[in-house]
Amino acid sequence: MVKDKNNIIDEVTQGEYKYGFVTDIEMEMAPKGLSEDIIRFISAKKKEPEWLLDFRLKAYRHWLTMKQPGWAHLNIPPIDFQDIIYYAAPKKQQELSSLDEVDPDLLETFNKLGISLEEQKRLSGVAVDAVMDSISVKTTFQDTLEKHGIIFCSFSEAVQNHPELVRKYIGSTVPYTDNYFAALNSAVFSDGSFCYIPKGVRSPMELSTYFRINAANTGQFERTLIIADEGGYVSYMEGCTAPMRDENQLHAAVVEIVTMDDAEVKYSTVQNWYPGDKDGKGGIFNFVTKRGICRGVNAKISWTQVETGSAITWKYPSCILLGDNSVGEFYSVAVTNNYQQADTGSKMIHIGKNTKSTIISKGISAGHSNNSYRGLVKMTTRAENARNFSQCDSLLLGDKCGAHTFPYIECENKSAIVEHEATTSKISEDQLFYCLQRGIDMESAIGLIVNGYAKEVLKQLPMEFAVEAQKLLSISLEGSVG
Amino acid sequence: MLLDIKDLHVAIKGKEIIHGLSLQIAEGEVHAIMGPNGTGKSTLAMAIAGKEGYDVTKGDIIYKGRSLLEILPEERAREGIFLGFQYPVEIPGVSLTNFMRTAINETREYKGLPPMPPAEFLKKMEEKKKLVEIHSKLANRSVNEGFSGGEKKKNEIFQMAMLEPSLAVLDETDSGLDIDALKIVANGVNMLKTPQNATIVITHYQRLLDYIIPDYVHVLFEGRIVKSGGKELAMKLEEKGYEWIRND
Amino acid sequence: MKAFVENGSFKKKMTSLFKDCENTVFKNDTKYLSSLRYKSFQKFLELDFPTLKTADWRHTDLGPALSKDYLQYLNKDTEELDINDIFTCDVHDFETDQISLLNGWHVHTDEPLKQFPNGIIAGSLAAAMGEHPELIELHFGKYADYEKNIFHALNTAFAMDGVFIYVPDDLVIEKPIQMINIMHPSENLMLHTRNLIIMGKNSRLNLVHCDDSTNHQASFNNSLTEVFIDKGARIDYYKLQNLNNDSTLLNSTYFHQERDSRLMINSISLNGGLIRNYTHVILNGLHAEADIFGLYLMDKKQHVDNQVSVHHASPDCRSNEMFKGVMDDEASSVFNGHVLVDRDAQRTNAFQNNRNILLTDKAKANAQPFLEIYADDVKCSHGATVGQLDVEALFYLRSRGLSEASARLLLMYAFAAEIINKIGIDALRNRIDDMVKKRLRGELSICDRCVLHCSQPEQEVTFDIDLSKI
Repeated sequence: MVKDKNNIIDEVTQGEYKYGFVTDIEMEMAPKGLSEDIIRFISAKKKEPEWLLDFRLKAYRHWLTMKQPGWAHLNIPPIDFQDIIYYAAPKKQQELSSLDEVDPDLLETFNKLGISLEEQKRLSGVAVDAVMDSISVKTTFQDTLEKHGIIFCSFSEAVQNHPELVRKYIGSTVPYTDNYFAALNSAVFSDGSFCYIPKGVRSPMELSTYFRINAANTGQFERTLIIADEGGYVSYMEGCTAPMRDENQLHAAVVEIVTMDDAEVKYSTVQNWYPGDKDGKGGIFNFVTKRGICRGVNAKISWTQVETGSAITWKYPSCILLGDNSVGEFYSVAVTNNYQQADTGSKMIHIGKNTKSTIISKGISAGHSNNSYRGLVKMTTRAENARNFSQCDSLLLGDKCGAHTFPYIECENKSAIVEHEATTSKISEDQLFYCLQRGIDMESAIGLIVNGYAKEVLKQLPMEFAVEAQKLLSISLEGSVG
Repeated sequence: MLLDIKDLHVAIKGKEIIHGLSLQIAEGEVHAIMGPNGTGKSTLAMAIAGKEGYDVTKGDIIYKGRSLLEILPEERAREGIFLGFQYPVEIPGVSLTNFMRTAINETREYKGLPPMPPAEFLKKMEEKKKLVEIHSKLANRSVNEGFSGGEKKKNEIFQMAMLEPSLAVLDETDSGLDIDALKIVANGVNMLKTPQNATIVITHYQRLLDYIIPDYVHVLFEGRIVKSGGKELAMKLEEKGYEWIRND
Repeated sequence: MKAFVENGSFKKKMTSLFKDCENTVFKNDTKYLSSLRYKSFQKFLELDFPTLKTADWRHTDLGPALSKDYLQYLNKDTEELDINDIFTCDVHDFETDQISLLNGWHVHTDEPLKQFPNGIIAGSLAAAMGEHPELIELHFGKYADYEKNIFHALNTAFAMDGVFIYVPDDLVIEKPIQMINIMHPSENLMLHTRNLIIMGKNSRLNLVHCDDSTNHQASFNNSLTEVFIDKGARIDYYKLQNLNNDSTLLNSTYFHQERDSRLMINSISLNGGLIRNYTHVILNGLHAEADIFGLYLMDKKQHVDNQVSVHHASPDCRSNEMFKGVMDDEASSVFNGHVLVDRDAQRTNAFQNNRNILLTDKAKANAQPFLEIYADDVKCSHGATVGQLDVEALFYLRSRGLSEASARLLLMYAFAAEIINKIGIDALRNRIDDMVKKRLRGELSICDRCVLHCSQPEQEVTFDIDLSKI
């Protein structure tokens, strides 16, 4: 414990964005800009079947009719969608069969990020899929997983090897008409992860995807699809980083989760995209659509997110609780510092009987940042005895930031119960003084207190993520006092 | 016979908790039902009071010669069944006075009597409050809201005094009470005893039975009455613990 | 006026109406007023009518109300209706000074403003426009946001009559003032009632604002009230709404509070086809305080929408919102609270609470309690719940012999009592207490008399008397 604390303090005192390096890897890129030709190019590069190209083109044509949403509490500078590269891939020499064949520079990159694929493979027993600039680089542990009948591979591989599954589920939870960024993603997505848990199988290990934006001027549009069949279970982790660049880069991902009877998916994210510098220059625009559907009875989907990065975050991991007795959960810690902006929260749509959802959100704002929780809880007419409990707390560090809470509650069933609570306050002077009096400096004290404040959410994370997330919280708040 | 429970089976959400329980209680008697946690003591109390979700799957409860099974909880109450709750519910915004007046007058209406005149009602309130040493202030507050554990239990006995039941079922009335409150509660129960009414005292410990002397003691274990006897049974239980029953 | 749905032609119609008025009704306007009307009207033309896609209107559909034909009076209805024929006062212990509006027009609109014996200057807004141009210029149109809200723009452009109340500095008024707005039209009626209330420094007033229908004719009242509360002043503002099922009431009120002022609002909505209460409070001086309470009991297909916006613009202020509702049949409700705390408004305390009970599966409740906070030294919280009556409490009551109906009624009444108990005028509280009980028993639809002048005989209820009060 003492060691942990010291580590955090060390991190705080050093803390700059430490993932901001650029890797020099030969890339294959599409020209800048977006058109049907570019979409055909991407699809051809990936040797996609006709139906998938159709899906992309339909999405693109629909996207052209849409407007960028303006309802969030965000100040988004105009995005020139023609000034973005929609396809950038590490140049592939040939099919890789072992890690030895992976570009050493690339391996070095992932080592720097602390996700040495080798290490992971040997020690931790976590299967990793690493996605760099939209292309899945290497998935570890495939053999072990295959023994259990689990499919865990890049999205592109899934399109080639399991087209029937992809075709059945793509767009089933997040249709391309859903929103502006989901439509864009559906048109241009390049890669991502795919996971299928067969009936009655509990994944023997945590699955993990690591996303990395490397190339300049590129957007990252990955797409993830997770299906847990009857009685299946998987815990899935997602991490992400990007180099420090002065211009903003766009990340518009889609994650779809489907759970059948008695199946459970636990999805954890530590989002640490480059947030921009202390004056608000640069950083990632993180516009993500994440949604899961509990199709079967007793199905469960649990989202946990630690959001510390990105210049702008627009993200609402949601659950559609269709099956009776299904459960949806959302645990979130969102930290904004300097000029970061976040508008994040969840949607819980209760359709089945006895469905249950929990929302725990902890927002922490510092610097000149703005941090909003936005969430919808809807009880439809059929949702007998459905229950929701939401707790959304905001903590303000400093007098130049903003903390906002925008809950939407819609109830159409008399036996359903919705409870929402929220508080907004500043960090307790008494707690701070107590720490100071024990010889802990101000920044570390804040780090400690904030970690305590976020504990309810952090404890939902898998072990290896929790430690990382704790450090991140402290680093993100570096420089927020004084 | 005031109460005749015949081969009672009670299930909650399809799971049977009480598996065939029989018990006869005559006017003027005090019965204690003892047993470890989770053996169905509260389930029995709820089944007698008629709480929804406590399904009688077999057997019957005959009270004053009539089966209770199809009778609404309020009608059972008006017929003189009183349940002292283990966890009395807090009802914000409803003053105890208003609540008692409504309860008494609805019962009177059921019996074809006119409402109790306000003066008489107030007098009765004052009188019964003294019985369990309830402060007047408590009566003006919302029912059970912000009451301490002891106040809640005293309030249950106060209500019992007001409603003058024929059969009182006191579910773990001693839990959470210090010795002074326990004496007050027990004293209240003893004062209310008449040759016409009967009491079922449900308890985990023998302690309460030092103050309320039972005529019969029953040991409830895994949904059945496994032993019945006089007061000495309680003493033996206290001495040997429930393990004794299990091993016996 | 069917043209509402087609935005363009309604606006065309209003344009020609506005032109007519400029040459007739508005021709005696001061320069300030006429320029304000003009600006507002331009805004009205620029803005769009809200639809279900407009933020803050997602659950309130004005479509059906707007698709009806309405008549709009440009002066007081010539048909002489004696207000005393419509209702009479028979409530004991509740003495008020009354100001009555009939179909949006002050019943004595042609009379000059009256100085009451207690020093209040009050009467019709029309008269005030002529007699007190300096007060009008200082306050009229200064608080309501006609630039963003189409209905406020429309009201400001066409405001002709309503109530004007001026409480001079240091005047403490014991006797409540009662503003009674009676809707008794012979045809479907649209009106833009406009009220202005000015509270001088350290003054004090209890105001009761009643909106009532006395027949079943449809109406669309786009009412707008501005209330200025100067330093140290205090106003308790009660709203009672008991309208017919074909009525639409947009009841918008802007409160502007200066330092050390206090505001208490208690709005009770008992009946109405569609009621939208828009309450905007700005706390514009140190230590200003606002308590905003509301109770709505809706059934049939009634819809009530409470929009409460509280803007903390100064440090050390406090605001507290508590809204409770019971929805029966196919009734629906919206609560949209928005607390905005400015960067400078340190040491703000702001609380927001909305509780709803649904009695049927066709009833709906929507809640959006928003917090937007830019200062760090604050204590803000909000809570919202939707649910049903507590089943444990119901059983507890029944196990004491209460019938299920009585138990439900008692619990609903207890739920409502929290708001009713905030009423500071004893006679009014008792009266409303009775009305709420009747309403919960389904005995109160629209009375054929005003809420407070209800001539129906009192009915005995078993739990009517709370003996704890004796």
